[in-house]
Parts: sequence; structure tokens; C-alpha cells
Amino acid sequence: MAEPFAVKDCALIALGTGVRAQNLRELRDRLQSIHPACIYHHFWGGLLRPLFDDPEYQNDFAGWAWHGLRDARLAEKLALVDPSQCPSLEDLRRELVEVIEERLEESEFIPWAKTNQQFYFVRSQIVVFDTNLRIEGPAMLAEMVPRLSVGSIFYHFIDARRRTASRRDDFSEWLLGCGDRCAEMVIPRLIAIDPYFSSLTELRRELEKVFKVCLL
Amino acid sequence: MSSMLEQYSEIVGEDVVDHLRQLAKALEGARVVHVNSTREGGGVAEILHWLVPLKQELGLNATWEVITGEESFYQCTKSFHNALQGTAIAIPESLLRSYETTTLRNAEAMREKLEEADFVFIHDPQPAPLLNFCPNRKGKWIWRCHIDLSRPYRPVWKYLRNFVSGYDASVWSLAEFVQPLPHPQYLIPPSIDPLSEKNVELDPGEINRVYEQFHLDPERPIVVQVSRFDRFKDPVGAIRACRLAKTFTPFQLVLAGGGATDDPEGARVFAEVQDEANSDPDIHLLLLPPDAHRTVNALQRIADVVLQKSIKEGFGLTVTEAMWKGKAVIGGDVGGIKLQVINHHTGFLVSTPEGAALRIRYLLKHRSRLEEMGSKAKEFVRENFLLTRHLREYLTLMVAITHGTEERIELS
Repeated sequence: MAEPFAVKDCALIALGTGVRAQNLRELRDRLQSIHPACIYHHFWGGLLRPLFDDPEYQNDFAGWAWHGLRDARLAEKLALVDPSQCPSLEDLRRELVEVIEERLEESEFIPWAKTNQQFYFVRSQIVVFDTNLRIEGPAMLAEMVPRLSVGSIFYHFIDARRRTASRRDDFSEWLLGCGDRCAEMVIPRLIAIDPYFSSLTELRRELEKVFKVCLL
Repeated sequence: MSSMLEQYSEIVGEDVVDHLRQLAKALEGARVVHVNSTREGGGVAEILHWLVPLKQELGLNATWEVITGEESFYQCTKSFHNALQGTAIAIPESLLRSYETTTLRNAEAMREKLEEADFVFIHDPQPAPLLNFCPNRKGKWIWRCHIDLSRPYRPVWKYLRNFVSGYDASVWSLAEFVQPLPHPQYLIPPSIDPLSEKNVELDPGEINRVYEQFHLDPERPIVVQVSRFDRFKDPVGAIRACRLAKTFTPFQLVLAGGGATDDPEGARVFAEVQDEANSDPDIHLLLLPPDAHRTVNALQRIADVVLQKSIKEGFGLTVTEAMWKGKAVIGGDVGGIKLQVINHHTGFLVSTPEGAALRIRYLLKHRSRLEEMGSKAKEFVRENFLLTRHLREYLTLMVAITHGTEERIELS
């Protein structure tokens, strides 16, 4: 039997970097050298910071392409860059730069933003703490998930993809140690959850549904 | 009587409050001092009124100190405020000397407490030099900038930068306000207290009394702007917008503002606004005392539309307050208003009195749209701009700053 699942919680705090871009070429140049934590923040940080519940675009780069540069074509292309499909942040960086390069090549003019619409690169620090809550078995996981904070959901379902060798979430990793049958039933369903287009509250509800069907 | 945190959990959910308690464990017993320049009036004082007691309830040893000064000190710091938000203004040497001697005198009075503290939060430029006057400080010092510093008047920022660059960190409301400084620069938007007198639910009798008190006609629409009489809030622009829109849709405009003890310009700006209003019976200028919180609350609740026609804005807590009361807001497309007013969803962003007039007319005509936006606005504030989120970020910052700038901090 696996060790009990240690429920952790986390909080993000954003930091300004002073790095900004006013046109598309500047964005490309800054993206090539910016700290990977900035790329992470502009894709995933939105889940734990003020964001309107119905954003037009799921990442900050796409949002800026539309709101700052008024380039709908670029915004759509950037919005389709899915971080959960990129094995690492460096792959994600390359993918972003690729999309921007392509747009620069097909543009006759460099798209510019107004001075008060510049893109500001932000990164975040994550503080992780132990809640002292221990989950003893799969059935208990199904019972506890609805009560976990959104910080815990972020840590175990989103952040885990950066920490684990398999690039999976912590629940899947733990269930592997709880028996083959259990893991076989749950893991494919967890993989099928698209974390990129959901709020953390919605993700919690989706996890609850999967665990209820498979583990209770 | 339940604790403050228990009361908040009824609004934001128990998991949010539990999260705060867990995070605060790492800071139990920490001595935290906040310093600003006024106990009443303005957004900073309002934040500190709830922030300090909540930190205490979470087990931190938090206190709040206020620096005091003479007229020349406040003249100087008001000039700083204007210059940092972009007005080219030369500050006489005599005022700068007054600023430095006043902060030195205050430092002498509170030095022991500040030097012993584990965390010192210095709010805005007024008390910024305190750091230099506390050479034996033990804790982390954080400068909290509440104003829009995106395009400061350079000579004044150059002068003030000398006082703030030595801090261990600074906190800003938006990334675009951040100026280069040699320390970590955290981003924390402010918030409101839903249980304060300014925001708590009022009974209909109390709300309705403001009609009589200020001679307002309950039968005709009311547009309200609440803010200090400050040129950056553009009360004159609000009146112009009102004149443009009123020819199509009759309504009353209420401009309600309190004073802050650290703002010596309020009376002068109020006189300019009176001139612009020119005794129009549909324009109501209300000079309220700084503690008229329930009156402001009632005025925001009777408003059909809330206006915040600022041309510069640090954050705009009055926008948050109005949104929390389910009001669509027409706000200037500046500073923190952009973070709150999601154009066409929670209100409208405007750049001119003409733009404000157009949106006033639109909202007064399309009542269902007005209600839909108001209800989205309230939920947006619940998720993002209530004090529990703000407190969480302060606690996270305090934990983070004791661990340097590493990206991941695991507490045991």
C-alpha cells in the first residue's frame, strides 16, 4: 500500500521584472531571453490571480496580441499554443517564438501597441506549505477532493506537471502505488481533463466527478 | 460574537479562510509594523483599518503607526503625489528640507519599535526616509507604493528613489507602475473590506434617507462619482460628461468626496468644481467628512450608474466598492481601473468626457444590460478584490521575502 497522500497547498505571488515590449519584434526578442518563470506565469499564473472569469484568450500573450496590438490573427494563433502539450518551458518558449516569427515574416509593418498598452513581463514565486492533511486511501481521496482549496488543486494538478518525472499530476502518481486496477481506471480519465481551459474551481469539480465514479 | 475571519468565511468560503490560517502559521508571532501618514481618509488608511486587526487575528504581532507633520510637510508630499503621477512640478528646497526633518523627527519617536520589527511596511512616499534613519534595523523593510508611477516627473522620482532603493522589496498595484529598483518588486492589487461601514449591507430606510438628506429626486436616475476632490479624479470632466449626456437623458449627478488630512489641495479643487457646476440644480457636490462611510455606502447603492472619470489612478478602490454593490462602472481607461472594469462586461472604459457621456446614455437606456454588468461586476470583485485575497498575498510576500528570490519555497 502506498504512503498516505500528503495534501499540500500553495500561494503564488507575482513579481514585476521591469521588462516590457511595445511592439511584436520587441516581444519576440524579450521572449528569447526572459526567465522561464515569466513564461510559466503568463500561461498558468492566471489561475491564481485576478482574471475575468470569461477571458477572450487563455494566455497573456494572446490577450496582448488582441488588446495591445489589435492583431486578431496573431491572437488566435497564440491562443492555440497549449502549454500542456509542451514537454518543457523551453519547448513552450520555442513554440511561442515560432508563431511570432511567422507573423513577423508575413507582416509588412511591425505591429505596435500604444504606450499605455505595453506588455509587461511578470514572474511569480510559489510558496508551498503542508496542510497536515493525509489521505489514507483512494476512497478517502474521492471524499476529500471537494474540500481541497484551489491552491491545493493548483499544486497537485497543475504545478505537479513541472515537478514529476512523468509530467503528470500528483494524484495519478500516488494512485499508481495503490494498485493497478485503481490506476488503470483513473489515470486515463485524469489525462483527459484539459486544465488549460478551466478555472481551478471547475477543475476541482471535474476531479470530484472522476474520483466519485472510479473510487467510491 | 464570531471572529472577523469567521465572518469573512461566510462571504468567501471556509476554504479561503483556512488557507490564510495555514499560510499564517509560518509567520506566527512575527512583529509587523505598518507606517503611513493618515489614519482617516483615502484608500491606504481604509486598507490598514482592516489589514492590521486581521493580521493580529492570524497570530502576527501587527501594529500601525502614523507619521505627523506641519503644513509644509503635507504640501511637499502632495507635490510628490502630483509629480509621481506625471505633473511637472518644481518643489522648493525649503519644502524638501521640511520633508526630511519631519521624517527624521518621526523616526526618533518610533525608532525603537521599527528597528525591532521583523517586517516594516512603509506606505507611499510620505514616510519613505524612515529607513535611512533606522540604521540598526533587524527585519525586512518593504516600501508599498499605492500610486501610479508609470510616468513620473523624473526630477522628483530621482530625488525619492534615493530613499526607497535601500528597501528589501517594494510592492506595486500593477506591473506598469513598476520603476527599476535594485530589489524584488512584488505586485499586489489592493482590495476592499466587505464588512466595513463603507461596504456592509444597509437597510432600505438608511439608504433612502440620503435622498432627503441631499435633496435628490428618487424618481430620476442618479449617476454618482465618489472620490476626493483631486484633479487626477477629473471631477470637472465628470460634470462635462453629465452636461453632454443630460440633453438626451435627464439625470442627476452626485460628486461626493471626503478630505484626507494629508491632502492640502482638496479645498482649492472643490472651488474649481463648484465653478464648473455653476449652481446647476442637477449637479450635487457633497463635501463629506472623512468618516462618512455609511453615507458613501448609501450613495453608491442609490446610484443607477457609478462613474470614476479619473485621468490617473493608483487603483481606484471606489470602483471596487461600487462593483461590490452590483453597479456597472464607467471608468477612466487608466491605472488600476483597467484591472477592474472589463470593458463591455463589468462596465465601460472611457478616455474623454464625450466617451463617458455616451456610456451614461447607453446604460441609462439599456436597463437589462446595466443589471447584467452589475451582477458580473459583483462576482468579479468577490473572486479577486476582497481583502482575503489581499491578505493572502501580503502573507505570501512575507514568507517569500525571508527566503530570497528563489522561485519555489517549500515550507516544512
